[in-house]
Amino acid sequence: MTEKVFEVRWHGRGGQGAKTAALLFGDAALSTGKYIQAFPEYGPERMGAPVQSFNRISNNPIRDHSGIERPDVVVVLDVTLVGQIDVTDGLDPDKGLLIVNTPLGPEEIKKKIGYSGRVYTVDASRIAKETIGRDIPNTPMMGALVRVTGVIDVDNLLEDTKKKLEKKFRNRPEIVEGNISAIKRAYNEVKGV
Amino acid sequence: MKVARTGNEAFAEAMRQINPDVVAAYPITPATEIVQIFSQFVADGLVKTEFVAVESEHSAMSACIGASASGVRAMTGTSSQGLALMWEMLYIAAGLRLPIIMSVVNRTLSSPINIHCDHSDTIGARDSGWIQLFSENVQEAYDNLIQAVRIAEHPDVKLPVMATTDGFILSHCLETMDMLLDEDVQAFVGEPPERPNLIKSVKDGKPITLGALDLQDYYFEHKRQSAEGMFNAKKVIPEIGKEFGQKFGRTYTFFEEYRMDDAEAVVIVMGSTTGTAKDVVDVMREEGKKIGILKLRVYRPFPAEELARVLKGKKAIGVMDRAEGMSATTGPVYPDICAALYDIPEGRPLLLDYIYGLGGRDVTKEDIRYICEEILKTADTGKKDYTLKYVGVRE
Repeated sequence: MTEKVFEVRWHGRGGQGAKTAALLFGDAALSTGKYIQAFPEYGPERMGAPVQSFNRISNNPIRDHSGIERPDVVVVLDVTLVGQIDVTDGLDPDKGLLIVNTPLGPEEIKKKIGYSGRVYTVDASRIAKETIGRDIPNTPMMGALVRVTGVIDVDNLLEDTKKKLEKKFRNRPEIVEGNISAIKRAYNEVKGV
Repeated sequence: MKVARTGNEAFAEAMRQINPDVVAAYPITPATEIVQIFSQFVADGLVKTEFVAVESEHSAMSACIGASASGVRAMTGTSSQGLALMWEMLYIAAGLRLPIIMSVVNRTLSSPINIHCDHSDTIGARDSGWIQLFSENVQEAYDNLIQAVRIAEHPDVKLPVMATTDGFILSHCLETMDMLLDEDVQAFVGEPPERPNLIKSVKDGKPITLGALDLQDYYFEHKRQSAEGMFNAKKVIPEIGKEFGQKFGRTYTFFEEYRMDDAEAVVIVMGSTTGTAKDVVDVMREEGKKIGILKLRVYRPFPAEELARVLKGKKAIGVMDRAEGMSATTGPVYPDICAALYDIPEGRPLLLDYIYGLGGRDVTKEDIRYICEEILKTADTGKKDYTLKYVGVRE
């Protein structure tokens, strides 16, 4: 109880994999022995509509089942959401971290939204297109999240994600490989660290 | 084994491990995944179950009744409007003493239409003769469904059981839980005990009738026997919860007492809000505030004497009611608690009611803290200023 639970909020648009990112990230943290929660915000399910999903990660069992209002980290999968919705809502400018999928640098994003806290950027969409062949930025953003927060080890993330994707894409090893190199690249290419 | 599962996945896995003879179900948000995942287990040949895809929840319960009346183990899952559509068959399942096991994802009832959590659906079914087990988290949902089999089929009980989860909050939340081994679950639930069996009775040349017309001459005796099953469940539920604890390390009974020992004020809560409340109470305890939590797991049968025993001597109690009973008095759990406390001879605790979280309205730590402070204030002054408050609503 005395140790704070680590909380993440993911912003995306329906179809971009915000829910999957939370599930995969939760599973990866579980594989390191941590206690986890991963849950989406359920509203009308429409392709392209703004959606959110959440993670709680802790060394102790998690009992809290209220919504996450003050996350430690916010991950934005789609930069067009910035300015449309308040992605920094509940984020503490002194301690909170904001990670955005964009070719722009952290300073430009800060200026754009008038946010004084720490901002990191990574061009996850370009990475996804070059590695997976499609603009599905969720797995590379996990790589960026792990780099910025160090909440779990990147090798654990790679290993567990590989296992999960191998199950889902049994006959398409190129998708698994693409996602793995996307995570690695985003881990290395985050700006602002 | 430590794994991560959503509430719906955990229910489906428990069903796979229980390996029932018949599952009949119809989809409804947010319970659909339970039988959807289970149907994949059937298709993959992981269970022996006959899966009956029916055209409505009324038919789902009817098919379970038919299956159970033939002596086999039958299960289903539903939520909200689906449970409402089963209504008349719920009473028939209980009246025929059929140990059907059902996972229910708590979702509010229309109108206005809403797919999110409150407890109005199962609480509405409280008088149907079904045993009701509420779950704090995904682990408890899984554990409750496994124990439900033994409770329902116990020869002294023979009543259907529903195990519930809070819609979306648990049904769609992936969280860490301990999954038991298939063989351990199978050994725990065992084979269904011999019961009056329609098919066998015909084969044996001694046909029986179930659900025959039962007028002024015998209806009352049969209803009295059903009630006896519910009285007996009060003995059986803690026994099975204890056996489960001895085998798997997690002991269950009617309710859980959390930091109650020297508490002067107590908050009573069911379902997923309990965990959040535990975090709040831990903080308040560090501040020296004497508040505890009573988590009600078994709502039917209602453990009135057991509650009175542990609540006796407390100064003030607040009930968190996640349903609007439309009684123009309080929520539906309050009167049950009130009745349980009434016979305490001296120093009866003051009792308050808080209706919260309807239609999935988020229950924040601030909301829970406010309720706890109100109960503490009442304990302190020894005087209550109101009976009911709505918390978290704009008005």
